[in-house]
Amino acid sequence: MTDISAVDRREKVAPLAPAGLISEAGVGDYLALMKPRVMSLVVFTAFVGLMIAPGHIHPVLGFTALLCIAIGAGAAGALNMWYDADIDAIMTRTASRPIPSRRVTPGEAAGFGLTLGGFSVGVLALLVSWLAAALLAFTIFFYVVIYTVWLKRRTPQNIVIGGAAGALPPMIGWAAVTGSVSLESFLLFLIIFLWTPPHFWALSLLRADDYARAQVPMLPVVAGPRETRRQIVLYSLLLAPAGLTPWLFGSAGVLYAVTAAVAGVLMIALSWRVNRAHEGEGADRAARGLFSYSILYLFTLFAMLLIERGLPILAGHAAI
Amino acid sequence: MAGEPERVTLTPEQLRRRRARSIAIALALAALVILFYIVTLVKGPGVLNRPI
Repeated sequence: MTDISAVDRREKVAPLAPAGLISEAGVGDYLALMKPRVMSLVVFTAFVGLMIAPGHIHPVLGFTALLCIAIGAGAAGALNMWYDADIDAIMTRTASRPIPSRRVTPGEAAGFGLTLGGFSVGVLALLVSWLAAALLAFTIFFYVVIYTVWLKRRTPQNIVIGGAAGALPPMIGWAAVTGSVSLESFLLFLIIFLWTPPHFWALSLLRADDYARAQVPMLPVVAGPRETRRQIVLYSLLLAPAGLTPWLFGSAGVLYAVTAAVAGVLMIALSWRVNRAHEGEGADRAARGLFSYSILYLFTLFAMLLIERGLPILAGHAAI
Repeated sequence: MAGEPERVTLTPEQLRRRRARSIAIALALAALVILFYIVTLVKGPGVLNRPI
């Protein structure tokens, strides 16, 4: 296990605040702090949780819940960028983020993240549901404190455990409608939780040099690419059957089951291809292919849940 | 006697960005007010009834 002192690393990089006291940040820089691409997946999975939950929520309240979840995710992203500014400055993939590129000061990012976090949780509690708000607060806490501050620089299991934060949004959406959590919403959590390791490890295989330079103990850096590839296959073998659990437990239909089965087999096949391709352009291509496909995999499964829920409604309209 | 206080002169670009940030904050606050107003209309008398 690698334990890297954040203080040591902060001393090695140049001061991140701009020389003057006047902020030069534009609105776009603040939007970038919210990690919009991550946010889009969070909103989509939360939307599916909200739509397939039993019961009814007024569209305005549903929109409010999704808005709060999106802003809460943005808050977590901003606080993550605030804490990780030192390693972001070292890694090629993240060097152009607003703090390392000195468009936003760390203090501005921290203030922005705390404000958004407070407002998103508060508004969700006041307007929609206390339980959903509590889950959102826990998600932000987990991502920032447990993942970013505690695990990311200490253990190669960082994204395995930290993945719980990214897996919670469908449960929040579900809780916004029902005021409770249930087995069905936990299954959605489980799918994203098991999906996270192969997804991020495929990326980290491509960026291992970056992580090594920043001394982030990602699995390829600590245990090597071979072990990473092996674990990608293992998690894909767990993910594929987990993808079928909504059908097995009766919360999804046959259409979903067939889609999840085919998508799961493809996930395993692409993971196996990553495991077989050891070096060179072929290895990079296999890892890149798995990374891209994993996004499609998650999107397809959740979209299918949504379609199945929408089909009876559409059929009802057609009958009328 | 104290000398002239130090002043910072903003560049046109800094002024433009500060104005953009101020407008964004104003729009966000206005959106929040509108959101609370609409939710109050939607919930009616049950606006304080929030499920746990």
